[in-house]
Amino acid sequence: MTVTLFLEQTLNGVQFGLMLFLLAAGLTLVFGIMDMINLAHGSLYMIGAYLMASLAQATGSFWLALPLAMLATALVGALLEVSILRRLYERDHMTQVLATFSLILIANEVVRMIWGSQPILLNAPAGLTGPVELPGGIQYASYRLAIIGIGFLVAILLYLLVTRTRVGMLVRAGASNREMATAMGVDIRRLFTGVFAIGAALCGLAGAMLGPILAVQVGMGENILILAFVVIVIGGIGSIRGAFVGALLVGLVDTMGRAFLPIIFATLFPPMVASNLGTSLSSILIYVLMAGVLFFRPQGLFPARG
Amino acid sequence: MFRTVFAALAAAAVATSAHAAAELKIGFLSTLSGPAGALGIEIRDGFNLAVKLNGGKLGDLPTEIVFADDQLNPEVGKQLAERLIKRDRVNLMTGVVFSNVMLAVWPTIEQAKMFYVAPNSTPTRITGEGCSPYFFSASWPNEGHHEAAGHFATSKGYRNAYLIAPNYPAGKDALTGFKRGYKGNVVAEVYTKLNQLDYSAELAQIRAAKPDTLYAFLPGGMGINFLKQFGASGLSKEIQLVVPGFVSDQDIIRAVGEPMLGILDSSHWAYDLDNDANRKFVAAFEKEFNRIPSLFAEQGYTTALIIDAAVRAAKGRIEDPKAFRSALMGAPGRAKTPRGDWKSAPNGTPIQDYYVREVAKDSKGRIVNRKIGTVLTKHVDFWAKDCKMK
Repeated sequence: MTVTLFLEQTLNGVQFGLMLFLLAAGLTLVFGIMDMINLAHGSLYMIGAYLMASLAQATGSFWLALPLAMLATALVGALLEVSILRRLYERDHMTQVLATFSLILIANEVVRMIWGSQPILLNAPAGLTGPVELPGGIQYASYRLAIIGIGFLVAILLYLLVTRTRVGMLVRAGASNREMATAMGVDIRRLFTGVFAIGAALCGLAGAMLGPILAVQVGMGENILILAFVVIVIGGIGSIRGAFVGALLVGLVDTMGRAFLPIIFATLFPPMVASNLGTSLSSILIYVLMAGVLFFRPQGLFPARG
Repeated sequence: MFRTVFAALAAAAVATSAHAAAELKIGFLSTLSGPAGALGIEIRDGFNLAVKLNGGKLGDLPTEIVFADDQLNPEVGKQLAERLIKRDRVNLMTGVVFSNVMLAVWPTIEQAKMFYVAPNSTPTRITGEGCSPYFFSASWPNEGHHEAAGHFATSKGYRNAYLIAPNYPAGKDALTGFKRGYKGNVVAEVYTKLNQLDYSAELAQIRAAKPDTLYAFLPGGMGINFLKQFGASGLSKEIQLVVPGFVSDQDIIRAVGEPMLGILDSSHWAYDLDNDANRKFVAAFEKEFNRIPSLFAEQGYTTALIIDAAVRAAKGRIEDPKAFRSALMGAPGRAKTPRGDWKSAPNGTPIQDYYVREVAKDSKGRIVNRKIGTVLTKHVDFWAKDCKMK
C-alpha cells in the first residue's frame, strides 16, 4: 500500500464526490428554496442521460450535444413544474413524496416506451476515452478528470449565481420569506419555475456527464438519488456550500472505506471474517456518517436557514 | 367391416386416451420490466421465435403462451406462479431469469407437480440434494460458466488472478465456481456492494495488485458501470479481463460498445458455432428482430425446442409424470438445438461443452462474441453428485 495508491484513492473519492455534487446541487436548491421533496429529481437525471445519448448519436458530437441535452432537460423540468409540481408546494412533505414517487414510475415507463427496455450506449468523447499520466506515475482516466473539472466549475458558478447576482438574491428572498417577497413585488411563481428549470438543467448535466461511465438504463436515477439525499442531509438542506462539502465527504468516506477497510480488517481478523466485515461495513459507512453528523448537528453542516 | 370397426374403435381410444392435451398452454414467468427486464425479453424473443418457426405449435400441438412479469420480485413471482397454475391452468412452466425468484416459486411449482423447463436460472439448491423429476434445465448449471472460466485461466497459464463479484449469494457462488476450476494463485477476492455505481476504488486496488488476469462477475447494470470504467482506466492493456458469457454478451455490448473489445468470456454457446441448427437460428433471429442474438436468446430458443421434442415424444401426455420426464431426458438428443449435441444428467442439468469467446469485430464491423476455443467438453454439473435420482 503505497503513497501513490493513497493519493489515487483520494482523487477517486473527490471525483465520486463531485459526481454526486452535480446531482445534489439541484436537489438541495429545490428542497431548500421551494421546500419540496422532489423524488423525481432522479428521473430528470435519467431523462438527461437518455436525451444526451440520442443527441450525441444525432449530432455526432459529444460537446455539441451536452448544452442541448441540458436545455432539453430544463425544458422538461419546467413543463413538469408548471403542470404538476407547482400544485405540491403548499402540501405537506408526505404528499410530495407520494406524488413525486409516482412520477418516478411514470417516467420509467415513458422512457422505456420511447427508448426500449435495454440499456443504451453513451460513450465518452474522443480524446477522453483513455488514461493520462499524472505526477507520481498515477494512470488516471482522463474522463474522470473532466468530471472533476466540470464539477468544480459548476460549484463556482452556482455559488456566484446565488450570492452575487440579482437572480440569486431573489431566490434567497423567496426562500426565506415567501409572502414578504411577493409583497415586495417578486413574481414567486416565475421564480420557482426558473429555479426548478436550473435544477433540471443540472440534472441534465449530471446525466450527460455520468452516462459515459455509468449504465444508461431505465431506473438509473433511483440508486444515485439515495446518495444525493444523503449528501444534502449531511450538508444542510438549501445550501450549495453544504451540498459541495457534503458531497466531497460522502465521496471520500465511501471510496476510502471501500479501498482501505478490507485491508485494515485483514490485518486484524482472519480472512473470511475480514472480507465479510470489511465489505458490509464499507457499504454502510456513509449512512453511519450521516447518522453521526445528524447527531451533532441535526440541521446539517451548513444549514441555509438560520 | 371388421377393419372399419377396429379402426373406429382405435380412433375412439385415441380420442379419449387419458388426459392427452389437445392444446399446449405454457406459463412463461419471467422478468419483463425494470432494468433487468432486458434479459427476460431476450429469452422471450428466442422462445417466441422457435414457436413461430414451428408454425405456432410445439410438439405438434397448437401452443398458447401465457406471459407473466415477476418484476424481479420473489413475492410477486410466487403469486403469479399460483395464478398460472390454478387460474390459467397451464400445462407446464418456464421463463424465470433470476435465482431469487426461482427459489421462491419452486415450492409452488413442485407441489403442483408441474413440470418446469429452465431457460436460465438453475440453482444448485434444486439440482443438488433438492433435485426433483419436475425440474429440467435447458440452460446451464449456475456454476458452469464460472468453472469453465477458471479452467480456461489455468490453461492459459495465468498465475495470479484477482476476483470481483457483488456481495450476494450469486456473487459468492460465482467465485466459488471459478476457484473450483482455477488452479493458480488467487491474489484477492473482492465483494462489492450490490448496484454499486463507482468502481474507481476497486480499479485502483486492482492496478496496484498487478494480477495476470481479472475475473469479474458483475451482471446487468453493475457490469455496464464496471466495463465502462475499466475501459476508461486503460487497465485493459495491462490485465486480461475474463468474464462469464452473460456479462459480455450482446445486451451489454449494445450499452458499452468499443471499450469491450478484447474481453474473453466463457459460454455454452457462440453465435458462430458450426452447425446447421445454429446457423438457422441466428439468421432467423437477425431477420425477425434486427439484432444479433445473445446467449439468453439462444437459451429461450433451445428451451422451446426441448419442450417441442419432449411433448412430441410423449404424444401430448404431459400429465403422465414418468412418460414426460423420460421424454424430457431424451429431448436434447432428439431436438436439433443451436448448441449441437448435448445430454441431460440425472438431476436435469445439461452435460455440454463450454467455449471461450472473444469480444471482437466480425467481418461486417459489428461487435460480437466469437468463439476462439473449447475449454470444457461434456462438463457435468458439480452438484449432480448430491442428487439421489438416477
